[in-house]
Amino acid sequence: MEVVEVGVKHDREGFVKGDDSLLGHGAEGVVKRVKFLGRDAVVKERFSKDYRHPILDRLLTSRRLAQEVKTMARCRKLGIACPALYYVDMDSAKVYMEYLHSAKTLKDCLSEPLSSLQPICAKVGALVGNLHAGDIVHGDLTTSNLMMRTDGSLAIIDFGLSYLSSAEEDKAVDLYVLERAISNVHCEVAEKVNALILESYRQAFGSAKQVLRRLQEVRSRGRKRLMVG
Amino acid sequence: MGLIFALGIEGSANKIGVGIVSEEGEILANVRKTYVSPPGHGFLPKETAKHHQEEIVSLVRAALDESNLDPQDITCIAYTKGPGMGAPLRTGAVAARTMSLLWSKPLIGVNHCVGHIEMGRLVTKASNPVVLYVSGGNTQVISYSQGRYRIFGETIDIAVGNCIDRFARLVGLSNDPAPGYNVEQEAKNGSKLIDLPYVVKGMDVSFSGLLSFVETEVKSGEHRVEDLCFSLQETIFAMLTEITERAMAHCGQKDVLVVGGVGCNERLQNMMEKMVKQRGGRAFCTDERFCIDNGAMIAWTGLIQYLNGDRLEFQDSTCTQRYRTDEVLVRWRLQEDRERIPN
Repeated sequence: MEVVEVGVKHDREGFVKGDDSLLGHGAEGVVKRVKFLGRDAVVKERFSKDYRHPILDRLLTSRRLAQEVKTMARCRKLGIACPALYYVDMDSAKVYMEYLHSAKTLKDCLSEPLSSLQPICAKVGALVGNLHAGDIVHGDLTTSNLMMRTDGSLAIIDFGLSYLSSAEEDKAVDLYVLERAISNVHCEVAEKVNALILESYRQAFGSAKQVLRRLQEVRSRGRKRLMVG
Repeated sequence: MGLIFALGIEGSANKIGVGIVSEEGEILANVRKTYVSPPGHGFLPKETAKHHQEEIVSLVRAALDESNLDPQDITCIAYTKGPGMGAPLRTGAVAARTMSLLWSKPLIGVNHCVGHIEMGRLVTKASNPVVLYVSGGNTQVISYSQGRYRIFGETIDIAVGNCIDRFARLVGLSNDPAPGYNVEQEAKNGSKLIDLPYVVKGMDVSFSGLLSFVETEVKSGEHRVEDLCFSLQETIFAMLTEITERAMAHCGQKDVLVVGGVGCNERLQNMMEKMVKQRGGRAFCTDERFCIDNGAMIAWTGLIQYLNGDRLEFQDSTCTQRYRTDEVLVRWRLQEDRERIPN
């Protein structure tokens, strides 16, 4: 981790440059575009949330930052496309990572005509399948966290809620979260899109069958839950 | 032609309420009785229904008196069709059917959750917020999209109010006026944060593991009740605030509306206000008159449905324990959508 120490000095001496243009204000923090040692980079900064008790806040912020970085490293090792990690500053809860040039979220891609969605869905299913084959559970698998690049490659971001697990239940919940994110915003194409994604998921991941069986259960639990006012 | 008035009956859980609302959104009456179960017990369907049956007639009378209206002035009768507990729901439905036949008025069936949302929108004037609906039976983060109130996040096991109520019983707090209220008061004297499981999965939350964990902590006798209440509130409300923020970021919305009984909790309201302030939005909360189940919310939502052509045939005036928020086609907002976006 010698890079980290060098990085701190660089930061102070102004090696991180950029107009600090805001890319997004997520739930966990803000994402800005910067230059890091001359490269196009993104910095994700987790703010302290003043609604939370300070002890709980510190705990969650450091736990999620560590988890995000660990999972990104694991993804790279498994050959799953995600931004390359440049530098981590634990003290200020900042993560510097690769900037994905001209990428747009799956959420935006899904408003395209249905005919062009098939290759996109195939990539989503394959990527999530590979993730789960590596026992990575994303924990927040929404359409805002899958990025499509202009060259047609897909990358996954935002691992703050991720964790390692081999449990079918955890993977099924991951799929359920994605399925609902799609159904909620893209109601007209949802059924088709979800089916296409699961099809390529099945092909990419050997134990997909058990997870998909579990998914049935998770779905019906959601829909049939007794809802007492 | 005079104004349109709707009378609404709510009885899906341990409150029975009758409200009368005009088409202008004026609340002419909103009366309510709560079945308070004995200490150490939750409310059971049979006893709760019996309580509602005993109270409903006098409540309807009180509502009519308060509004200075005669039964002939009422345009339609709305009641909670679901979700909720079977026996209490049926009490409300039977009362509504009786009035419908007695006074020859059309019936309207209302989804309880949609009722909360529409009442919140009426009272706070929030036009298109992310909605956090938190009560004894429900925990949902909702956002309107294309004709439906869509559920973006929810509990994957028990509801937040249920978690608080069961916790209150564990530490021996009274059910009067409400277990959650007593937990809130105790928490004000707590200061030590006990580390409790914090479970957020995407926009979903889970409370059952937390509840079992707290149970062992209570039995260990190592903590003061005040600190337990304080820690429980800090943890579960932070979870709720976080999933609300996640939904806001995902949907690109700036405002939040908090509805449902747990929504009266001032610590939760305070957390929401702090969270939206950091995002440059507004938090809309209501007080106990409208947060907690009430008849006016059913009357108001029923009235909107009536104006949009909803009518329920007598033989269809059933109720159902399971009735998801996103099953309702929100016709009236489709109209609003059209007005907002000119061709």
